[in-house]
Amino acid sequence: MIKGILVFNNSAKPRLIKFYEHYPEEIQQQIVRETFLLVSKRDENVCNFLESGSLIGGNDYRLIYRHYATLYFIFCVDSSESELGILDLIQVFVETLDKCFENVCELDLIFHVDKVHYILQELCLGGMVLETNMNEIIARIDEQSKLEKQEAGITAAPAKAMTALKEMNLPQKIKDIKLPDLNLNLRF
Amino acid sequence: MSTAMDQVVKKAKDSFGQMFDKSLHDLVRGIRNHKDNEAKYINEAMDEIKQELKQENAAMKANAVTKLLYLQMLGYDISWSAFNIIEVMSSNKFTFKRIGYLAASQCFHDGTDVLMLTTNMIRKDLTSSSMYEAGIAMSGLSCFINGDLARDLANDIMTLMSSTKPYIRKRAVLLLYKVFLNNPEALKPAFPRLKEKLEDPDPGVQSAAVNVICELARRNPKNYLSLAPIFFRLMTTSTNNWVLIKIIKLFGALTPLEPRLGKKLIEPLTNLIHSTSAMSLLYECINTVVAVLVSISSGLPNHNASIQLCVQKLRILIEDTDQNLKYLGLLAMSKILQTHPKTVQAHNDLILQCLDDKDESIRIRALDLLTGMVTRKNLMDIVHKLMVHMDKSEGSHYRDELLSKIIEICSQSDYQHITNFEWYISILVELTRLEGTKHGNLIALKMLDVAVRVESIRPFACNQMAILLENAHLFIHGSKSTTVAEALYAAAWICGEFCSHLKEPQKTLESMLNTKITLFPGHIQSVYYQNILKIITYIIQTLDNEELLTKQLLTTSIDKMSVFLSSGDVEAQERASVSLNILKTALKLMGKSEFNFNELSVLFEGVLNPVATKAQRKVAIPNGLDLDAWINDPPSESEDESPSTNTRYDSKGLFDGDEVDNNNSNAYSADKYSYQKAKPYAELTTEELEKQRESRKQSEQMNPFYLKDTKKTKSTQQTETSSHTVNGNERVKTAIREGMNPANLPVSLSDQLYRQSKVEEENRRLKKKSKIDGGSSKKEKISSKKSGPTAAADDDNDDDDVYPTAQVKRGGELPDGVTESGNEDHDDDDTSRGKNKKIDPHRALNIDLNEKPIQSIPTPPRPPPVISQTKEPSPERVETAPEKTKKYKKKKTTEKQEEASTSKSKQKHHNYKQIEPPVHEEEENRPTPPPPAPVTQEKPKKKKVKEKKVVSAIATKVDTDTPAPLLFDIMSDDIHSTNQSEQQQNEQDGYKLAAQSDNLTIEYSINPSPSIAQIDVTFLLKNRTPFIIDNVSIHVIDSMSSKLLNTTSANIISFPSTSLFPYSQNYIHIYFSIHAISFSQKLKTALTYSINKSNTLETDNIEFKLNLPCSQYLRRKTIDSMAFANLMTSGTLTCQSNVRIPSSTGDFTTVINTLCQSCRLTVVDKINSAASLYAESILGHPIALLIKSTNSQNDLSIDGKSTETHFLSNLMEELKTSLLK
Repeated sequence: MIKGILVFNNSAKPRLIKFYEHYPEEIQQQIVRETFLLVSKRDENVCNFLESGSLIGGNDYRLIYRHYATLYFIFCVDSSESELGILDLIQVFVETLDKCFENVCELDLIFHVDKVHYILQELCLGGMVLETNMNEIIARIDEQSKLEKQEAGITAAPAKAMTALKEMNLPQKIKDIKLPDLNLNLRF
Repeated sequence: MSTAMDQVVKKAKDSFGQMFDKSLHDLVRGIRNHKDNEAKYINEAMDEIKQELKQENAAMKANAVTKLLYLQMLGYDISWSAFNIIEVMSSNKFTFKRIGYLAASQCFHDGTDVLMLTTNMIRKDLTSSSMYEAGIAMSGLSCFINGDLARDLANDIMTLMSSTKPYIRKRAVLLLYKVFLNNPEALKPAFPRLKEKLEDPDPGVQSAAVNVICELARRNPKNYLSLAPIFFRLMTTSTNNWVLIKIIKLFGALTPLEPRLGKKLIEPLTNLIHSTSAMSLLYECINTVVAVLVSISSGLPNHNASIQLCVQKLRILIEDTDQNLKYLGLLAMSKILQTHPKTVQAHNDLILQCLDDKDESIRIRALDLLTGMVTRKNLMDIVHKLMVHMDKSEGSHYRDELLSKIIEICSQSDYQHITNFEWYISILVELTRLEGTKHGNLIALKMLDVAVRVESIRPFACNQMAILLENAHLFIHGSKSTTVAEALYAAAWICGEFCSHLKEPQKTLESMLNTKITLFPGHIQSVYYQNILKIITYIIQTLDNEELLTKQLLTTSIDKMSVFLSSGDVEAQERASVSLNILKTALKLMGKSEFNFNELSVLFEGVLNPVATKAQRKVAIPNGLDLDAWINDPPSESEDESPSTNTRYDSKGLFDGDEVDNNNSNAYSADKYSYQKAKPYAELTTEELEKQRESRKQSEQMNPFYLKDTKKTKSTQQTETSSHTVNGNERVKTAIREGMNPANLPVSLSDQLYRQSKVEEENRRLKKKSKIDGGSSKKEKISSKKSGPTAAADDDNDDDDVYPTAQVKRGGELPDGVTESGNEDHDDDDTSRGKNKKIDPHRALNIDLNEKPIQSIPTPPRPPPVISQTKEPSPERVETAPEKTKKYKKKKTTEKQEEASTSKSKQKHHNYKQIEPPVHEEEENRPTPPPPAPVTQEKPKKKKVKEKKVVSAIATKVDTDTPAPLLFDIMSDDIHSTNQSEQQQNEQDGYKLAAQSDNLTIEYSINPSPSIAQIDVTFLLKNRTPFIIDNVSIHVIDSMSSKLLNTTSANIISFPSTSLFPYSQNYIHIYFSIHAISFSQKLKTALTYSINKSNTLETDNIEFKLNLPCSQYLRRKTIDSMAFANLMTSGTLTCQSNVRIPSSTGDFTTVINTLCQSCRLTVVDKINSAASLYAESILGHPIALLIKSTNSQNDLSIDGKSTETHFLSNLMEELKTSLLK
């Protein structure tokens, strides 16, 4: 079971928090901070597993993380999950984000938290892995976006124009999440 | 630029009005632009959001909720908006609904009170025609489901499991797990469906089902043993690595419960290990193989091969450049180490390499492994390498880890692996050099321990400790965080206690007296003073009554010791003062020539032995001693207790309970208890101290014998050197004589000893070899030349004579007549376990899914139809929730009332004991009656063949009341259940015999679907042969009113993954959709299967008629009496029918019960001898029955009303015939 999924940046700012068990907001923030302290002091090129200890869950739980440019992706899982499998799942998640946002960067995650959640919902349900095939996930996400567009129809046109207007003001999008060469341990 | 743009936006806003309220974009940018007063900005935003939520506009609300979602991520509590979130959830637009559910999944939890408002809305969304709406509802529900929702929506979720869309099916399956967690009662009825999903055509659904079952089985593995065959099958056929990993992990959890399963697993797992290219799968396979090998304690010869394979593969992982693989490899290696240390030891080079890794987690893993890999042979090498690492390593955490590991490795099982204790002592001494270590007390403890336990090492230890004492000043300047000064505690005590081994006691005494001891912690000071006295006593003894020298010694010591009276530690100061006064008295007596040395030495008589940790507790309480009674009246005030006064030695204390034997109690560990006592006087002592000092000065002045000029005592004084120095070589001895701190030597003492012992070892080996060569054949010569660490490890035992042996006192002393093995700790364990008890949802899920509560043992008379129907497991039936609970409770009480009917095998045994006395004895002889049935059968197998007959008789009997465990599909060889018992079972578990051939028995049971016009026919296939039966397919010709569903080809369903292992059984399900129910049907059915008879494949075909009576078209439906009355009077039930049954057997209540059970009717009302019953046909026709018992002969009259004439009349006929039976 996956107990929680965290995404935060190099300065501990949360970009996605998803817990499959209820924690009050302040505890969630505390977990983010503590997890950040744990992972941020680790070098690159060390193993991606951490025993989470008292942080969440206890001894049966481990933190499995990947670090991409400015972002940390952390999954807290128990012993029923395969460590290498989860690493691949993170990779699938990030690749899916990359496809859905066309070269994803931190800003995409900031301005579209809801969309990131929707993508995650296609990946996991209630802490269990739901789908690992990226193409399938993207197809479903696209279909749902289409549904939303249909609904928006003409009524949303002015709002869209407005958003477009505002977008102009966005700091230049930095496309900086670089995907390293995939070293997938699983073949799907 | 940005301000200009903001202005534009603002203008636009003004002109367009509310349409352009702040979007998520604006909020995020706003927060980014207000870094300095973020909180204020967010508060304003919150207020705006609250305003927006009050608006009617759905779009605006949704927008507000999106913003809340973002703020929630930043740590703001948004639970106040729960109701607004529900509003957004209930929007009929997908876009808004999605936002609502997302927000709900983030902030709702099982305590959110508005959740109770959502049930119907969620139900509507779940059953929505848009699969994405159902999808978001399920995603959301998985996060906030609670007990109520789980109960109310269980049926809907179950229905979704048979949706045509895999997208929905797989979500429903996963969601079901959450339902189980929140409503454990749903598990049992839902389980058969879940099990079916293991064979779903869609791999995603299959994977989800595996996932859920694995998660369930992980917590309560024994209930899922029966699924082993299905999983076994999946394991050998599936190509989905996610599924495989889950299954393999599951098997890892199952094997400890069923070792035979493990044996079957080894081969396919090794095949996978060989074939897979996925590292994750490989790793899990290895893990499970290891788990299997652990559970099979009696290793078969070929298991060695598989363990070798695992270790080899792990080696590849560890050698990989990927740190993750390395880490996992080491992790798995440590599991193998526990059972096959020698195999791992062969790779000790690799593990040592990992100590150089830059990744600390990997280094620590490698260290863990080393502990288990040590043998006598390689201990010195390994520790030597660790010491080298210690010098190189940075970071105090890792260094401390190394240090404690070194000590742990060396002192394992009372120094089992140490061959050279001098080397060990020098290692300990070297460890004291470590700056900033927190393990000072550990080092000290080990020094004490080894000196006490190993008698032969005392001379060496004493002299090493003397060197430490000489350099005590080095320890003074350590920072406060280090505890390395603790080593002096040990050093002082060892020198004092074993002072007869000191080479130059005078010199040691001087160095002790000259150290600024008062700078050390109190307990170290105390030990110093006490042991100074011991050494003085010893020196006086060696002086042999040479009065002048003695006096000189005493006066010097008295002079030096008086400084110690200024110690800040009360305990130490007290000791110093006692010692000082003893010496003064001695001096005084000597002046009067009344001094008798023995009076002094008697203080320190007796030998100190290690005492076992449990010794104190083992002392029997003398008769008449009440430990709880107050000796004095209880103090009125609560005493100032300071828990810290128990020194750290207390817990692991070597001398625990030294009060046990008065002869031995030299009060060396007195600091344990005297601290508290001394405390109240603390302030007084300082004043006293001054006084004492004054008076002392005066007395010194007066004392004619007092020598003011302290000359150095002649250090040339020759004390007897101990005659039995062990194994010391000249070089080392010189080093010691020179009195140099070994730590300062260019080559440390331990290194020297290490090299020396290597040389000696080699010499001895050569000697031994030559002996062998001389006296034995060439064959042995070759074997001794065998190179490689494995070979070396193998003949480790033969090497005993290569190493010198030092006697170690192992264990510890205990009071007379007590043994170590007592387990009085258990009480403590129980209480601590009790404290740790948490409410674990999985505890409630511990439900025996194979449980079929059937009476197999003669019980008080019950009408036979009840037996066949009441206890029918009816797994497919999903009833409405409240009724189900009732039923469960009812079942439980009946179980209690009639013990015989319970399905717990423990109690079953009990019953058998009563029935069969000879078996009784056999049973008694077993160690424990194992609780679950499968294990019961496992046990006998281990017994000798002679017993097997009797035991298999038991097994047969057990079979009659538990379903033959499916588990044994895999473990075919052992079980031979008799047909007789199976048939007995048929009558009892609700399955009716459909057909039978020489190879196969087919039974079936019919269950209508709870919500749609379908029926589920479950076939129970029983293999009667010793061969495997598979490729089962069923062919049913559709009739006018029924159609076979899920067919693989026209009218045929095949079950490729169902196979029947010898003498086992399995279930298959087929579904019919029903268009008309008016008449009962007999469907022509053919079952085809193939059977593997000793390598020849035969195909066989069994034809039979499948009977679908009208009564099986009914499904349970509850209705309250008001609604029933309305229905009856409304005139919608146009058809009527009536039957009379003369003199039925059994009383009225039983008849009603039987009818309810067999035809799924529910009682609406019952008054004395009349009852109204209700049910619904699967096409939705209401059926109402009124049953009256008309007279004393139990004549029954049944009136039926419905909307379907033919159905009603046929049903009534069926009821009649069944009651007449």
